[in-house]
Amino acid sequence: MALFQISEPGESPLPHARKRAIGIDLGTTHSLVATVRNGTPVVLPDEQGRPLLPSIVHYADAGVRVGYPAMAHQADDPRNTIVSVKRFMGRGVADVGDPRRFPYRFVEGEGMLRMETRAGVRSPVEVSAEILRALRMRAEGALEGPIDGAVITVPAYFDDAQRQATKDAASLAGLPVLRLLNEPTAAALAYGLDNASEGVYAIYDLGGGTFDISILRLTKGVFEVLSTNGDSALGGDDFDHRVFCWILEHAGLPPLGPVDTRRLMIKAREAKEMLTGHDAAPIVTTLATGDSVNLTLAVETFTDITRTLVQKTLQPVRRALRDARLTIDDVKGVVLVGGATRMPQIRRAVGELFGQPPLVNLNPDEVVALGAAVQADKLVGNRASGDDWLLLDVIPLSLGLETMGGLTEKVVPRNSTIPIARTQEFTTFKDGQTAMAIHVVQGEREKVADCRSLARFELRGIPPMAAGAARIAVTFSVDADGLLSVTARERTTGVQAAVTVKPSYGLTDGEIARMLQDSFTHAADDMTARALAEAQVEADRVTAATEAALAQDADLLAGDEARAIEAALAAVRQARGGTDRAALAAAVERLNHATDAFAARRMDRNIARALAGRRVDSVLEGER
Amino acid sequence: MLDFSRNHFDLFGLPAQFRLDAAALDAAYRRLQGEVHPDRHASGTDADRRLALQASARVNEAYQALREPITRAEYLLSLHGIDARDESDTQLPIDFLERQLERREQASDAVDAHDSPALRVVIDELRGEALELEDRLRACLDDRHAYAEARVPVRELRFLHKVGEDLRALEATLDETVPD
Repeated sequence: MALFQISEPGESPLPHARKRAIGIDLGTTHSLVATVRNGTPVVLPDEQGRPLLPSIVHYADAGVRVGYPAMAHQADDPRNTIVSVKRFMGRGVADVGDPRRFPYRFVEGEGMLRMETRAGVRSPVEVSAEILRALRMRAEGALEGPIDGAVITVPAYFDDAQRQATKDAASLAGLPVLRLLNEPTAAALAYGLDNASEGVYAIYDLGGGTFDISILRLTKGVFEVLSTNGDSALGGDDFDHRVFCWILEHAGLPPLGPVDTRRLMIKAREAKEMLTGHDAAPIVTTLATGDSVNLTLAVETFTDITRTLVQKTLQPVRRALRDARLTIDDVKGVVLVGGATRMPQIRRAVGELFGQPPLVNLNPDEVVALGAAVQADKLVGNRASGDDWLLLDVIPLSLGLETMGGLTEKVVPRNSTIPIARTQEFTTFKDGQTAMAIHVVQGEREKVADCRSLARFELRGIPPMAAGAARIAVTFSVDADGLLSVTARERTTGVQAAVTVKPSYGLTDGEIARMLQDSFTHAADDMTARALAEAQVEADRVTAATEAALAQDADLLAGDEARAIEAALAAVRQARGGTDRAALAAAVERLNHATDAFAARRMDRNIARALAGRRVDSVLEGER
Repeated sequence: MLDFSRNHFDLFGLPAQFRLDAAALDAAYRRLQGEVHPDRHASGTDADRRLALQASARVNEAYQALREPITRAEYLLSLHGIDARDESDTQLPIDFLERQLERREQASDAVDAHDSPALRVVIDELRGEALELEDRLRACLDDRHAYAEARVPVRELRFLHKVGEDLRALEATLDETVPD
């Protein structure tokens, strides 16, 4: 059946005039994809109309299954059914706590753990990429074409390793990432647009596996994250686990195998969910061992056994307020995010702490994806520049270096607004020292051993000098996604070393080769066609950006410069018509190179205009 | 390349002085970020995006430096060729140091006694002394242009800042150990 297309007033009906932008909430227990349609963010459901995709990946004999089809195998094939993989992103075996809590076979990988599955050893990045690929397919089906850009949310408390792992998973899934966005910020975007409220807001986000509290200030079109805090290993799953332990204790069961463990965990989760709205929940099942369980969990008991978990969320709230130099009284509203905030004891505790009932008018499961879609729509250029707001984010954890004696020297303090670049000088310790080991860490503790190690690299070729004579400038640059790169330079000689912090867990060559091999076997993906399509999307983006720049600021160019850019532009247009991916990529590269100096002059002009208190658009209006 | 030669005050269109119109700084900061932030250039060329990253980081750096009195004073001194953090010149008046030592003792007594209000008093006194120092700096830097002389009050202010951070950390641990 053919459907008629109706375009928004003032919007072009041309298929490519509007770009396909999506927001993805890559959650611990479930994930969602949303887009902006007719000015309103909406979640894209699957073919059966279900908005949520369970974040579950099952490695079956027949291939990989994601979401509901995988869910069915939690109980009968737990070892090959990966749930809550987000907890393992950028984490080692030692980080996950008691491995007996999980039915998986963990293997230590380089920096990040791996899991042995039927399909072979898999990293959390690969498992997450399966989830993202499923969402990409869903969105491409709904939007009828390849995605131009995606915003993916991460907990505000995620460190560099976890953020990088998320971005790697997106690349592996073939998604062009516009931005990693903090989940609470996304939630505020979803709420802020509806309500246009000014003031200080607290975003209390208790998801399946992570807890985040963010303090945001909303003022005329600016979203400013003042501080973030939280616990990257605390979430709704822990409430399930408390119930699970309670069942074990009260049913007097022998040690359980993985199948029964999984079955009881599901029963525990069902009981937890039932206790939102009920006073008691029955827990009845028969195990593979023949033992039967027949218990009733009362809501008072549930509140008692989870009290310490609720308390654990309130401490970071106080810390975040203190970091923002604010008190409870300064907070105008509290937004609840994450399915776990449906639990009545959470709502009560939050209400008591802030002295006001929290805002719950958006679906706590969807709010993050909706906000991400709004941001994606803006970043991809679908919105008119007039209705603008700006999002100023902070880095959640301090970045620093190891100095003598295993101590940390902080270079970028936590809650610094990003992007940021900071340089700190260090010197040599011994006479004639010609190399310096640089160890980059993230965390708040004084001792390096208590912080997370992000990367180690060496600056070599320092000319022999007396101890303390060398001047080594170490520069930390953090981009808008919160990702770090570090350069070190000896000032007197200019010797330089750089590393993009692809931390200790960077994928090995063998793994990359295998992943590529795997992706070739994905029948639905024609890799060559896909690579060309991606190059074309990139070419269109750069062409459009260059044309817009020329229309606005051509007066900044000398005649020969303008001619060089026009020539490079014409070459891109010509290559765009063909099917040679390499030729197109090369033409785009030449165009990028030709516009370098022009871009710098334009940026300077924008700064001058901003200083004069006018936006570029209004300046142009005035000149017309 | 991007013009990074402007000093922080010029970047925001503010006079190079210690007195600050905080509202004007905030407004200029937001206007500038509104132009240069990477989110504004997400669909630009590679060069646009790289420059946006650099410019936005530069604007953040300048804003951080001017917003806080200590870093603003230190930056102002650096514009006049004075390194306020020169490690070969760290002297502070004896009576000043004795006063801070006494404060630390009072604070540690308050913590031992789980006495939050007493700790608060010490912190408030510290803040009072910092505000007086800022008054002195305004007179010294803006009215008399006595930059060399300003080194001591700037160092004192930084010292107070460190003491203040330690006291606030103590307050935080005290708050978190006392049940609500």
